[in-house]
Amino acid sequence: MQIPYETTARPDTGLYNAKLGIWLFLASEVMLFGGLFSAYVFLRLGADDGYWPMGLLNVPIGTMNTAILIASSVTVVLAWAALKMRQWAKYKFYMLITIICGIIFLAVKLTLEWPEKFVHFGAFIKKDKWAEYEAYLGNEHRTKLGLSPRPEISGHLHAVEVAVAPEKKGDFDSFLIKHHLVAEAGTDPAHPVLVVKDDHGHGPRPSIAEKLVRIPGVKAVAYEVELDAVNADPTSPDNDRPHFIPRKRSDKVATIKAEDISSWSAFAPKHSSYFAVYFTITGLHGLHVLGGVIIFIYFYLFGEKLYRKNPEHMANRVEVSGLFWHFVDLVWIFVFPIFYLL
Amino acid sequence: MSEHHPAVTAETPNAPHDHDHAHDVSKHVKGYLIVGALLLVFTFITVALAYVDFGSHTANVVVAMIVATFKAGLVAAIFMHLKGEKRLIWQFLFFTVFFAIGLFFLTWLHWIDPIFGTHHTHH
Repeated sequence: MQIPYETTARPDTGLYNAKLGIWLFLASEVMLFGGLFSAYVFLRLGADDGYWPMGLLNVPIGTMNTAILIASSVTVVLAWAALKMRQWAKYKFYMLITIICGIIFLAVKLTLEWPEKFVHFGAFIKKDKWAEYEAYLGNEHRTKLGLSPRPEISGHLHAVEVAVAPEKKGDFDSFLIKHHLVAEAGTDPAHPVLVVKDDHGHGPRPSIAEKLVRIPGVKAVAYEVELDAVNADPTSPDNDRPHFIPRKRSDKVATIKAEDISSWSAFAPKHSSYFAVYFTITGLHGLHVLGGVIIFIYFYLFGEKLYRKNPEHMANRVEVSGLFWHFVDLVWIFVFPIFYLL
Repeated sequence: MSEHHPAVTAETPNAPHDHDHAHDVSKHVKGYLIVGALLLVFTFITVALAYVDFGSHTANVVVAMIVATFKAGLVAAIFMHLKGEKRLIWQFLFFTVFFAIGLFFLTWLHWIDPIFGTHHTHH
């Protein structure tokens, strides 16, 4: 069946049909992302002072990804222009660059940005215990400067100190073997604990640590954390505000008592409203990038037949998919500052 | 059907089109490159402004949103051809903006009438 108005304008709308269709779709996309952005705004406004994290994402990498997405928006419009000018080779070239940009964007997300979050450890300290951890939080210093308090100690797990009920020792030991962990006796004879590390001398991943302390009969006593720069030297003026270049992790280790923690986790969605809405929005955006890349690959590999038959129809297909791609770029233009910079 | 499909056999096919003649498009190419360059420049400006103290954090948020809206406007007007687009699409967009604001309003309503007992430490 022939679909009408592929290249000519329908008299009553003044548009070819696919263009009308894509704009209706984009209108629904505005509502989809709009709902999530409104969630972001009100979660953020509702967060207690100091509880909305800042400076946790890698700004240089985010900037680079923004530039890559903008470049791909340019190349997709050039690919469309090439088709309008009936330059097939040029179209192929610009489309290929667009596809590569989309793949780089996704690869950066999935290899450099997200995985690092899932091994990062953060513990929110109970408000009435902040004074005990002043050396890592620096809240007296921050109050003096009128800055928001810092409620969290973060870094990477160095070890988990646990107490194990003797009758549950078997379950505990088999868990250690399964996850390539080792336990040694703590050095303080007054407080006998088992110190759990992996076989490289680092702490377990947060997700494994969670399972460990949930084994019946195993009680978390303390978490040893290789500190992030902000907690290693919290009163340094350098750490008062976020920086463009992310600071190196320190080799300083802090011990946080389990009873002083209000909640802890990896930098995963459950860590905070911030990461929940960060992963939801960037995840949905990433799926859109993936969808665009798949469509572009299809047009790149299989577009020639239609182009030979009806080049204007092919140009319109690229224009419509390009409109979708520009919309995805447009969403990112807002995502980048609200999560990385503000 | 109303479509008119001329047979195209040449290496560079040349079907007639009712608007956007090829030479018009070639004139626009330079504009696309300039807009792309502008967007990159404004990305770096956004990043730089984030580290400038405008007096309050709210002021920084406002400045960043103004720059982002300007960039989004460039993408929509030039790359998405909204500049000079048909009236019908503008009408659609008017309603989209209207309903998107309505959506934000609905979320905002929790602010004046929160569910009892749900206010706790947010993080």
